[in-house]
Amino acid sequence: MSGATLLKESGPKEVFCGLTSIVWLHRRMPDAFFLVVGSRTCAHLIQSAAGVMIFAEPRFGTAILEERDLAGLADAHDELNRVVKNLLARRPEIKTLFLVGSCPSEVIKIDLSRVAENLNIELKGQVTVLNYSGSGIETTFTQGEDGALKALIPLMPKSDQKKLLLVGTLANAVEDRLVSIFNRLGIDNVESFPPRQSTELPSIGPETKVLLTQPYLTDTARELKNKGAEIIEAPFPLGVTGSTLWIQAAANSFGIDKSIVDSVLNPLISRAKKALEPHVEKLSGKKLFLLPESQLEIPLARFLSNECGMEIVEIGTPYLNRDLMKAEIDLLPPDCRIVEGQHVEKQLDRVRDSSPDLVVCGMGLANPLEAEGISTKWSIEMVFSPIHGIDQASDLAELFSRPLRRHDILNPTKTLTSN
Amino acid sequence: MELTLWTYEGPPHIGAMRIATSMKKLHYVLHAPQGDTYADLLFTMIERRGSRPPVTYTTFQARDLGGDTAELVKGHIKEAVDRFQPETLLVGESCTAELIQDQPGSLAKGMGFDIPIVSLELPAYSKKENWGGSETFYQIVRTLLKDHSKESKQTWQEEKRRPRVNLLGPTLLGFRCRDDVLEIQKLLGQYGIDVNVVAPLGASPSDIMRIPNADVNVCLYPEIAESTCIWLERNLNIPFTTTVPLGVGATQDFLNELHKVLEMEIPPSVNESNNSKLTWYSNSVDSNYLTGKRVFIFGDGTHALAAAKIASEELGFKVVGLGTYSREMARKVRPAAKALGLEALITNDYLEVEDAIKETSPELVLGTQMERHSAKRLGIPCAVISTPMHVQDVPARYSPQMGWEGANVIFDDWVHPLMMGLEEHLIGMFKHDFEFVDGHQSHLGHLGGKGNQNTSKEAIETNVQDVVTTDGNPIWTNEGERELSKIPFFVRGKVRKNTENYARQAGCREINEETLYDAKAHYKA
Repeated sequence: MSGATLLKESGPKEVFCGLTSIVWLHRRMPDAFFLVVGSRTCAHLIQSAAGVMIFAEPRFGTAILEERDLAGLADAHDELNRVVKNLLARRPEIKTLFLVGSCPSEVIKIDLSRVAENLNIELKGQVTVLNYSGSGIETTFTQGEDGALKALIPLMPKSDQKKLLLVGTLANAVEDRLVSIFNRLGIDNVESFPPRQSTELPSIGPETKVLLTQPYLTDTARELKNKGAEIIEAPFPLGVTGSTLWIQAAANSFGIDKSIVDSVLNPLISRAKKALEPHVEKLSGKKLFLLPESQLEIPLARFLSNECGMEIVEIGTPYLNRDLMKAEIDLLPPDCRIVEGQHVEKQLDRVRDSSPDLVVCGMGLANPLEAEGISTKWSIEMVFSPIHGIDQASDLAELFSRPLRRHDILNPTKTLTSN
Repeated sequence: MELTLWTYEGPPHIGAMRIATSMKKLHYVLHAPQGDTYADLLFTMIERRGSRPPVTYTTFQARDLGGDTAELVKGHIKEAVDRFQPETLLVGESCTAELIQDQPGSLAKGMGFDIPIVSLELPAYSKKENWGGSETFYQIVRTLLKDHSKESKQTWQEEKRRPRVNLLGPTLLGFRCRDDVLEIQKLLGQYGIDVNVVAPLGASPSDIMRIPNADVNVCLYPEIAESTCIWLERNLNIPFTTTVPLGVGATQDFLNELHKVLEMEIPPSVNESNNSKLTWYSNSVDSNYLTGKRVFIFGDGTHALAAAKIASEELGFKVVGLGTYSREMARKVRPAAKALGLEALITNDYLEVEDAIKETSPELVLGTQMERHSAKRLGIPCAVISTPMHVQDVPARYSPQMGWEGANVIFDDWVHPLMMGLEEHLIGMFKHDFEFVDGHQSHLGHLGGKGNQNTSKEAIETNVQDVVTTDGNPIWTNEGERELSKIPFFVRGKVRKNTENYARQAGCREINEETLYDAKAHYKA
């Protein structure tokens, strides 16, 4: 590993729980429904995080536990059974139902796997019922996707076909683009997990080579490995360098000739670097502080420092998987400060002390920092925006240069004095 | 277990956070897992607050549950008190912590702090946000004032000073509370009445201690302040007003009630409603078209009740639906609905509300942001009158609901969407003029006037074959459909349904132009 300083911190945290990933997972697989087994807090959290996305009938909901459900556990299982059947009767288009565990369901130990098992027997394959935990006592934000994908793995058919499997939710347009680049390199068999339809799961076997698109899939990667798949080691496809190394790692693994890779990627790389220039001009030399939330903090910091010239004050990360992050950490500038865990008050003290130009943070913290004159970027935007790949590098940079540009437009005199 | 796709109210600890964040010099230690920190964004994003809520979440994890969570709680409490130095500490738990029973309130009380500690017990599996807000406010007031002497104090007349009142109930994430407070303060100032304390919004614990200096409590939002007002009346002999000054009539009633409770002479100007433009605007000839407009009302108890009164008495609308998501207010909403010949809709299920809107085919919906979405889908104009809050409900401009200016705002907010409805009708009338042939875009989206006209046109075309009766249902003839298409789109659905009912009753097998007029005469009779 490079000279990055790894520190740990504990205390009050300010992060979303794993339930939040339902907000993008339900859009990725429109034939699936996510039923949280939890409290009114869980329901309120998801609708608040989803913000304006109110649908006639959304593809997620909460089976809200009531006092009588807490009294006897057998009743809670029966009740859940009843709620699920009512839901399925009303929504016949559902093909996969995820029962999602929450803090209260974990604490009172509702056995969702047993409920799912019984329902699967009863429903005889009309609907597949799965379960995973998105509880805040066990998971942080994007880890919810890790749980959902892990739950799907046992259903993946076996195959000895040689293929590249892209793992992690991507925006559809970005996914299409990446697949077409792999095709151009001569890798024809490329599939994605999660698929766009929950019932069209890719197959897996010893000839499957997995390329992770997202850095938060610890359990999924391990399970896929257990199924015989090979995990290709690479940094994540954010920015020109990250995406290039990511594609090259797959190409190497498939034995594609370097000259072919260069001929396909070089034009993309030079175009992307040109598109990055105006943003680099804005971002270069600016101080960046990343608070922990999405788990994308390390790859983002790597991109913003190496390719955009930003000065990293601190990288917060909810947790650190040293194996998955190794390639990323190796690319970080020396003496980069990575803090795993959080003490939100002390961390905000450090933010104020270091007076950064930009802070990447959760939605709850953004306006209070803006009110103190510090520009911010919501970390949740990274999981909704098409930011992966070489072609998206300038769009990714733009997400960070825009708040700085806006700050300068609205505070012209301040800019003059600070220059 | 209840299946919920969307909920009007959050859990009760969100109500507690609304009180804590509304107040000053107070800190709330909430025993809760990390995901519960989402609640901060309600204040910093929806209300655009420039400071974090004064809340420390203990953010315990699964691995803590095996060990001593009580020690963890105490650590957070100590740190929060040291760092934030509050005048009063609130301690409570969210749904998950309630299950592990650490009793953080008792723990805090055993830690030897010299500040008042309010321990909150908010049952998360049976109660909701407004209840939690009300209970928290009550517990704060009770804790801070329980040792206050009950001795009867001198009246404002005896002390030869201006009368003083407290404004109780306004909070953050309450509907237009910020501006209502300013409007009511201004109104009371005009009648020589001073405001002693406004709480919870902007009050510190020491302000709460000053509550007994007032002669009367004004209960602005019963959802939050009623239980507190009742306690203050019983224990400190401070009477309170029950009329909520929403609308011209209610503002007059409120002033009358307040003068009576204060034993002040009621100045004649109170009953001259020309302080608000609503009365004159509603009387002006331009507003004739508002007569009998069918309006569906749903919201929190206070705003739904007020809306029903304003709609029926001050704007001349016909209320065709009235309901609330607030079970605590059902007791008041039921008789109000009954008086309008309706059955109150008491539900937390927005799909049930949407069905009720469809069923009553109103011309205007007054509801929450969720009803705005439902009404948009149904192509019906809507004005938002109640929480849950949306960033649009925190306008930059001064925009109260209460008092004279509030009535002005209400007139504009409710009538403008309807004016648009009239505009749609005019566009429909003149649709053959060349200005409109290029496809006028309705503000109601694809479901606006045009869409409905198209369906009726299709109906005319598909009915060209001779009339065949199926299932005993009457069939529309071409001329019947043509006549129907001349009726404004926003009542067309209702007319179609009524005419079909009439035709069935009268045993008509087909509906022609004359049947339409027969039905019209029948229903007007």
